Amino acid sequence: MPRRTEKAVSTLEQLLAAKEIAVTAGSGGVGKTTVAAALGVLATVNLGGKVLVLTVDPARRLANAMGLEAFGNVEVRVPDAAFDQAGAEPRGELWAAMLDTKASWDDLVRRHAPDAATRDRILENPLYRNITGKFVQSHDYIAMERLYELHHTGEYDLIVVDTPPTRNAIDFLEAPERMADFFSSRLLRWLLAPYQSRFFNVASKPFYQVADRILGSQFLEDIAEFFMLFQTMHEGFVQRAREVTRLLEDRRTTFVVVSTLEPAPVREAEFFIDALSDRRFHLGGLVLNKVLPGYFRRSDATGAAKQLCAEAEVIAAKLPAAVGEPADIARVLREVGESFLNFQVVAKREAEQRAELAAAPDVVATAPYFETDIFDLGGLCRLGEAIWR
Amino acid sequence: MEVDLLDRKLVFVTGKGGVGKTTITAAIGILASQQGKRTLICEVDAKGDVAGLLETRPTGFEPREVQPRLFAMSMDTEASLREYLQLQLRLPLVARLGPLARTFDFVANAAPGVKEILIVGKLAYEVRERHYDLVVVDAPATGHVVGQLAAPQAINDLVRVGLIRNQTDWMLEILEDAATTGVVIVAAPEEMPVTETLELVGRLRTETRVDLAGIVVNRVLPELFGRREEELFERLREPDALATLDDAVPGAVEPVLEGARLAVTLRRTRAGHLTRLREGADGVPLLYVPYLFARTQGLRTTRQIAEALGAELGL
Repeated sequence: MPRRTEKAVSTLEQLLAAKEIAVTAGSGGVGKTTVAAALGVLATVNLGGKVLVLTVDPARRLANAMGLEAFGNVEVRVPDAAFDQAGAEPRGELWAAMLDTKASWDDLVRRHAPDAATRDRILENPLYRNITGKFVQSHDYIAMERLYELHHTGEYDLIVVDTPPTRNAIDFLEAPERMADFFSSRLLRWLLAPYQSRFFNVASKPFYQVADRILGSQFLEDIAEFFMLFQTMHEGFVQRAREVTRLLEDRRTTFVVVSTLEPAPVREAEFFIDALSDRRFHLGGLVLNKVLPGYFRRSDATGAAKQLCAEAEVIAAKLPAAVGEPADIARVLREVGESFLNFQVVAKREAEQRAELAAAPDVVATAPYFETDIFDLGGLCRLGEAIWR
Repeated sequence: MEVDLLDRKLVFVTGKGGVGKTTITAAIGILASQQGKRTLICEVDAKGDVAGLLETRPTGFEPREVQPRLFAMSMDTEASLREYLQLQLRLPLVARLGPLARTFDFVANAAPGVKEILIVGKLAYEVRERHYDLVVVDAPATGHVVGQLAAPQAINDLVRVGLIRNQTDWMLEILEDAATTGVVIVAAPEEMPVTETLELVGRLRTETRVDLAGIVVNRVLPELFGRREEELFERLREPDALATLDDAVPGAVEPVLEGARLAVTLRRTRAGHLTRLREGADGVPLLYVPYLFARTQGLRTTRQIAEALGAELGL
């Protein structure tokens, strides 16, 4: 008899046991950050070693759930007491950190700036301060950069990282490459050339006259200074961005796509799964979150629910008087039946969505709709247990 | 209802990812056009969900009438830049010359504030020129929308003189006039969406001067029972009653009861979050839209949502 070939990896436990980095991805609101934290907790309990959860979502409650007041750019250890309270026994250490975009950019500049004077001028450039402090796209790059840096320390056996809530889920995958392109751009050099010349005079070049009219000379100078200063870090930056991309493509890195079974997140998950395979990133697992319980799809319950609606009065009359007035009972029975049929519509749609999504990844795990919110390590354990094996 | 939502000219719809932001945008658009207003829906994230919700072919930068009086477009910063150069700065020739446009795009990419202003600028332009009675924007999610709405002010702080400065001045006039512009936050009665909504209420007030028009609470589960009925329901699940039910009803009755229990619990947990939202909303009007137990998502469900929202607005 031919032996059935078993998939080498069929649970998230097996997946994470063989990886150094797990990146959770998916559209906003699907519970990505919570799933990342739950995976970190379960890895600490079951696999041991040093585990780091790196989050980009400043959810204070997540910090609290991990038994911490708050956490920031520097990693902090989750106290064993939090595990004790949850009745869990960690085999390893759990650490947590949150991405601070501004602080991480400043670190990066300090590392790559050729000298102290350049460093200070960059840090004080108004454009730099705006880009790193206020605007969104710089998150994508810096999140991956920070991941690289933490991995590079060799401190951690496993890093679970959730991704920034990008408008497009693949933006962050391309961020390092975009950054490298940006600094290698010929256009950039062309733009800056006149500023690097002592003999440069804005008035002498029509292009700069137009730009000056539109942007105002101060702003133009700020832009020029910004780009010129960043040029000094060109080599280091480009090299670093390429290394970050390599790390994401490495077999030690895996991606876990998180989604609910609502139509819009499913569409985005599908898109993301395709994007991962196009770019040869490793799609390790799919976590389907907040899924309705399977009993909503039981066909023998459908009949019962319909009967409750259709024959509510007849059934109510048969029930013990202690339950209540027959008219009240009938009303409740009808509500109960209708509610079930309503949820069944959704549950059936979910089952269909699930079948479509589940084809690609090695591991597919389902987490139920928890009736209460997750507010402590025990809650994270419950979620983790549901998807771990 | 005090909300003069549809009487404004520019409405930004935002909310935490996954709460139904795009659906509410489309619903507001349908409502306004049904009221006889020439309405434009603009999708900023360009995921193409609006087309699905209105069951029309993909939208582009050029607005297209998808239903009577209802137009839809998706934002494209490059196209917006081209239009900006031609219309605002009257630089048709230069705009067609490659280097400047490319440099702008490049600057826009490097300094994303510029990109954001191209988006806000295009929207404010449509309002200023009175091309539409109402422009409804499917804006970025809670984390990003402040950056977008604050961009004109940020640019204003950076650029002291020049044409750009003149541009941001009139944009700010439109954005900061409460009779013209309003933000709608879409929330769901769950913990994180409520928390993010309350945070955004605070940030909008401190970091921008854009008026908060209202909060739409989406996906509110129906209340199955009042308190007396809930007690009765509990008694139904006691062994005696359960045995009787099992006899009286063919098939499996237990999952049906279990399902109702889940519905009751979910509704109760969410009622807590709703209370938190009401208390923290600080006078901002709340509009409730029910959860739809729908098989599919499309024009039919979008219309149902619009109808529910219209009822809340007193239409």
